Amino acid sequence: MTMPLYASPEQVLRERSELARKGIARGRSVAVLKYADGVLFVAENPSTTLHKLSEIYDRIGFAAVGRYSEFENLRVAGIRHADLKGLQFDRRDVSARALANAYAASLGSIFTEQLKPFEVEVCVAEIGATSEEDQLFRLTYDGSIGDEPRFVVMGGHADTITTKLKESYEPGLALVDAVKIAVDALRSPTTTGSGSAANGNGDSEPVKLEVAVLDRNRPRRAFKRIEGAALEAVLPAPDKGDAAKDDAEAGKTEDEQKDGDSAKE
Amino acid sequence: MENTSGLSGAALPASYFSTATSSFIDFLKTQAPELLPSPERAARLPVSGLEVPHGTTIVAVTFDGGVLIAGDRRATTGNLIANRDMDKVHVTDEYSAVGIAGTAGLALDMVRLYAVELGHYEKLEGVPLSLDGKTNKLAAMVKANLDAAMAGLAVVPLFVGYDTEAADSRRGGRIVSYDVAGGRYEEFGGYHAIGSGSMFAKSALKKLYDPDAGAEGAIRAAVEALYDAADDDTATGGPDLARRIFPTVVTVTAEDGALPLPAEQAEAVAEAVVNARAEAARPR
Repeated sequence: MTMPLYASPEQVLRERSELARKGIARGRSVAVLKYADGVLFVAENPSTTLHKLSEIYDRIGFAAVGRYSEFENLRVAGIRHADLKGLQFDRRDVSARALANAYAASLGSIFTEQLKPFEVEVCVAEIGATSEEDQLFRLTYDGSIGDEPRFVVMGGHADTITTKLKESYEPGLALVDAVKIAVDALRSPTTTGSGSAANGNGDSEPVKLEVAVLDRNRPRRAFKRIEGAALEAVLPAPDKGDAAKDDAEAGKTEDEQKDGDSAKE
Repeated sequence: MENTSGLSGAALPASYFSTATSSFIDFLKTQAPELLPSPERAARLPVSGLEVPHGTTIVAVTFDGGVLIAGDRRATTGNLIANRDMDKVHVTDEYSAVGIAGTAGLALDMVRLYAVELGHYEKLEGVPLSLDGKTNKLAAMVKANLDAAMAGLAVVPLFVGYDTEAADSRRGGRIVSYDVAGGRYEEFGGYHAIGSGSMFAKSALKKLYDPDAGAEGAIRAAVEALYDAADDDTATGGPDLARRIFPTVVTVTAEDGALPLPAEQAEAVAEAVVNARAEAARPR
C-alpha cells in the first residue's frame, strides 16, 4: 500500500477553492436584483431548456452559475426541502433563510469532505409583502452565506458587472429599467474588448438571455419566466430601434404573450 | 453524496439529491412516510361505526371553452351536521381542480398532497404533467387509500381540468371520476356528480345540461343541481341565506386557468336560484 503524499489541510482547501473558482469563472454570468415589484433574475444562457433560473416555492426563486449538473442537484434538493416543509407545516412557513442555511451546510460539507467541491455559486431570493422585505442570499462553493441588500452578481465577469451595476442601480426601479441596467451590465464585459473573445461567440451575436421575475403582484406563485414576445417587450431596443415595425407588431405581440403565459403555467 | 451525511445536521440529507424520481409522494415514502396517508394502520382497525365527518355532493359541468366544478358546503357525522361551511372544491394547479366526497379528513389531506405533487413535478421537470398524467396520478392516490376504504374511510374525488393540448379549444374541459378502488372513468357526457346527493344532482343536470352554454349558464345549472340535491338529500347543504353560505364553484378555462368564483357572484347565482324556486312554488 502506498502512502499518499502529505498535504496540509490549508493547502488542500486552497486548491479546492482554486478549482471551484476557476470552474465558476469559465461560465457566463447571472444578475439578480431587487426592483419595484419584487426580484428580477437575468442570466446569459445559450440554452433554452437547461435553465439557470428556477422557481423553488411560491415566493422563492433560485439562480445559479457554474456546473449545470451540480446546481441542478441543489435546485432539486431545494424544491424537495421547500415542498416538504410546506406540507409539514404551512405554505407560509417556507422561508428562503432556512433554505439558504440548508444549502450553506450542504455546500460546506461537500467542500470539506469530498474530493472535488461543487463548482457553483447560488442565489436564493424571496419576496415579501413590500420591497424592504425582499431578501437575497448569496451562497458560494465553500458554503459561505451572505445576504445582499440590492443585487447579486455571480459567474464569469462578476467583478466587472458588479462595478457597472453599482453605478446604474437604484432602489425601486420599474421592470423595464431594471432589465435594461441588468442587460447593460451583463453585456459590458463583452463590449469592452478582451471579454468578447472569452465569451466564445465573437461580438456579432449577443448571448441569449434567460429572464424571470418574482412578482409580488401575482396571486400565489410569484415566479414567472419572461420569454418570447414578453421578453422582447421588456428588453432594451437595439440601437437601430425600428419603432414603426414595433408598432405594427404590437397587437400580435400581446396575443403571443398571452399564449406564452398560458402554455407555461 | 454518500459522505455528506455525518458532519452537519443542517445539511440536506443525501436522498434530497437523488434523481430517481420527480414524484413528491415517492420522495415522501423514503423521507417522511409519516406525512403520507397510512392505509395500513387504518386497515388494522376493526370495521367500526366510527363516526367521522363526511363530505357530500359535488357536481361538474363542461361548457363552451372550459369546465366547472361546484360543491355544497356541508359535512355530516351520522345525522348531525359537522360543518356548515367547509370547502370541498380545491384548485390543484393552474388548469385543474378537484372536488371531494367521503371521509372529510382523509379527503382534505389527499387533495392537499395532490396539489403539492402536481406543483412539485412541474417545478422539477420544468413542464406540467399532461391532463391524463394528472388523472392517473390521482387514481393511484385513491387506490393507495383502498385499505382505509375497506375500514369504512372511503374517499372519492372528482377531477376537472382543461386540456391545453385539446384539438378543439372550445371542448377542452374534461371531467374524470373515480371509484374507491382507484378506477378512473372519463365522463364524456359533459356532466357528472358524486356524493350522497349525486343521484338528484345528476337527474337535474340531465335536464339542464347544455353543451353550448357559456360559463354563466353552466354555473346556473350546477347551482340548480346542488339545490335539487339539497332538497332531497339531508346530507347536502343548500344555499343558506341566513348565514350567507353558498356553494363553492371553480371554473377552469384556457384564458384564466382554474379560478374560484368570487363569493359575491356565487351569492348572486344562489339567490337567483332560490328566488326562482320560491316563485315556482307559489300557489296560483
